[in-house]
Amino acid sequence: MVSYILRRILATVPVMAIVALFVFSLLYIAPGDPAAVIAGDQASPADVERIRQSLGLDRPFLVQFGSWLWHILHGDLGTSIFTNLPVSSLIAQRIEPTLSLMAITLVLTIVLAVPLGVVAAWKAGSWVDRTIMTFAVFGFSLPVFVVGYVLAYVFALEFEWLPVQGYMPLSEGFWPWLENLILPAVALGCVYIALIARITRASMLEVLQQDYIRTARAKGMGQGSILFIHALKNAAVPIVTVIGLGIALLIGGAVVTESVFAIPGLGRLTVDAILRRDYPVIQGIVLLFSFLYVLINLLVDVTYTLVDPRIRY
Amino acid sequence: MTVSTTHSLTVPPGLVIAPQLPDLLQPVKVRRGVLGFLRNHPTVAIGGALLLCLVLIGIFAPYLGTVDPTAIAPAKRTRAPSADFWFGTDLLGRDIYSRVLFGTRVSLTVGLSVATLATLAGLAIGLVSGFVRWADSILMRFVDGLMSIPPILLAVALMALTRGSVGNVILSITIAEIPRVSRLVRGVVLSLREQPYVDAAIASGTRTPMIILRHILPNTLAPMLVQATYVCASAMIVESILSFIGAGTPPTIPSWGNIMAEGRALWQIKPYIVFFPAAFLSVTVLAVNLLGDGLRDALDPRMAKSL
Repeated sequence: MVSYILRRILATVPVMAIVALFVFSLLYIAPGDPAAVIAGDQASPADVERIRQSLGLDRPFLVQFGSWLWHILHGDLGTSIFTNLPVSSLIAQRIEPTLSLMAITLVLTIVLAVPLGVVAAWKAGSWVDRTIMTFAVFGFSLPVFVVGYVLAYVFALEFEWLPVQGYMPLSEGFWPWLENLILPAVALGCVYIALIARITRASMLEVLQQDYIRTARAKGMGQGSILFIHALKNAAVPIVTVIGLGIALLIGGAVVTESVFAIPGLGRLTVDAILRRDYPVIQGIVLLFSFLYVLINLLVDVTYTLVDPRIRY
Repeated sequence: MTVSTTHSLTVPPGLVIAPQLPDLLQPVKVRRGVLGFLRNHPTVAIGGALLLCLVLIGIFAPYLGTVDPTAIAPAKRTRAPSADFWFGTDLLGRDIYSRVLFGTRVSLTVGLSVATLATLAGLAIGLVSGFVRWADSILMRFVDGLMSIPPILLAVALMALTRGSVGNVILSITIAEIPRVSRLVRGVVLSLREQPYVDAAIASGTRTPMIILRHILPNTLAPMLVQATYVCASAMIVESILSFIGAGTPPTIPSWGNIMAEGRALWQIKPYIVFFPAAFLSVTVLAVNLLGDGLRDALDPRMAKSL
């Protein structure tokens, strides 16, 4: 198993290399002079030249890529063109709200979606199943900001139960932190809950038809332990896979959710960077999120061996 | 199961009468034709009907009581919905009803174009990598790399480099969607290649292009069609997200994302500016998803009961 984990970790190296190459060459694939693209429409030739110098764009492509990669491997993501601050420190300032939001959404999703999917599979074909699956289709179709605005309007403006917008760092206390993240997490989690509930149901339906479930029933086991001990454990692999893959939805959705709820996280940093054409910041964020995504899916692959001892590599 | 116990006839001793078996094969009414298909698959009918309505709204937007969606009228700023302005007016006094109706065109154009382009590109890449061994490992490494960049971020990064236009939005979202489609096609191709009829075709000397055309391509159509609807739905959401965060279609074009982006600052006091485009977007995406779910059930009956 150790050799499998090592091989799996090594396999992520070429993937990350491709991501890095792609993120880096984006600037060169785009039509026109990269320095002029970054400088924007109102830049003077002197500005363009300054950017060319500061980014080293006058050197050959491979030399640039090599030096860029070298710096990244040392934790240096470059310098923001707009603020002149290191990208890594900009990201460090903004990462807490985003990670908090994603963590709460993840917990909320797993706590809600898995039981919903299990119940839907157990009562397959009944009105309970149909109601849950109808909600899943809706959850899948409602864009993040639509859910966000509706939730904020109802629970924050009308009922005034929760704050409308903003963020409190965890250092200000647990409840203020959580209170500000409930609505954004529900909004962000909608699509994700729908996805996981559907895959849980599909995976459970397959397992529930197996002989050992009938055996468990025949020996008089309770419904709850059949569903959650025998069936869910065997249905876990596809569910865990989709939870891992779905992180991509969370990352994309976080950008929008942070805009709707005015959360000063990486999503807002992205939006600001786009408006200012601050390309090094965008590169840094894309790279960081991709790394996070690859890392989480690596963890998911490793969990398989723990969840399902039948899997041997 | 009921066993007949009433013996009206005098039965000779020792003769066992077989129990009456229930009708194991219930007569199934076979519905044929387009209407029959739609009755068998109501989600396809509902989704298709909704989508057709939206396409018609998009095409006939100028004739549905709309005014110029870009006409500015500062005197009529932020009016609430009324008989004159059905959906109200925005910050610049533009009629939201007209803007939302014209916005249908942008969303549907982006959704359908991305679905078509990503499907065709994914089909080409998937076929090559399913048939050409040496190309497979190279292509799939690139696909793996692209797939590890969350699609919205990839589209955002691409849009940050280009000028905002509908064409660039379509291109960016297409690039972000291609990896998933290629993976799907490759998977289907690899499993089809193991089929006996493909072996038979190879054994009888059929050339590879003919095998692809005759035996592989037709079998990829069903999963591709289903995938295309999901790509379409996702593209429409990504388009509105891009516009919403200011990286999408230029503000001069009335797209749903742009209308919402403009209404964002005022949403607490003038929620209707955000509400109407949001409702249209949700219904459109729902229609496409229903269509996709229905088609999947119809085209792959084994999956129908599970997902």
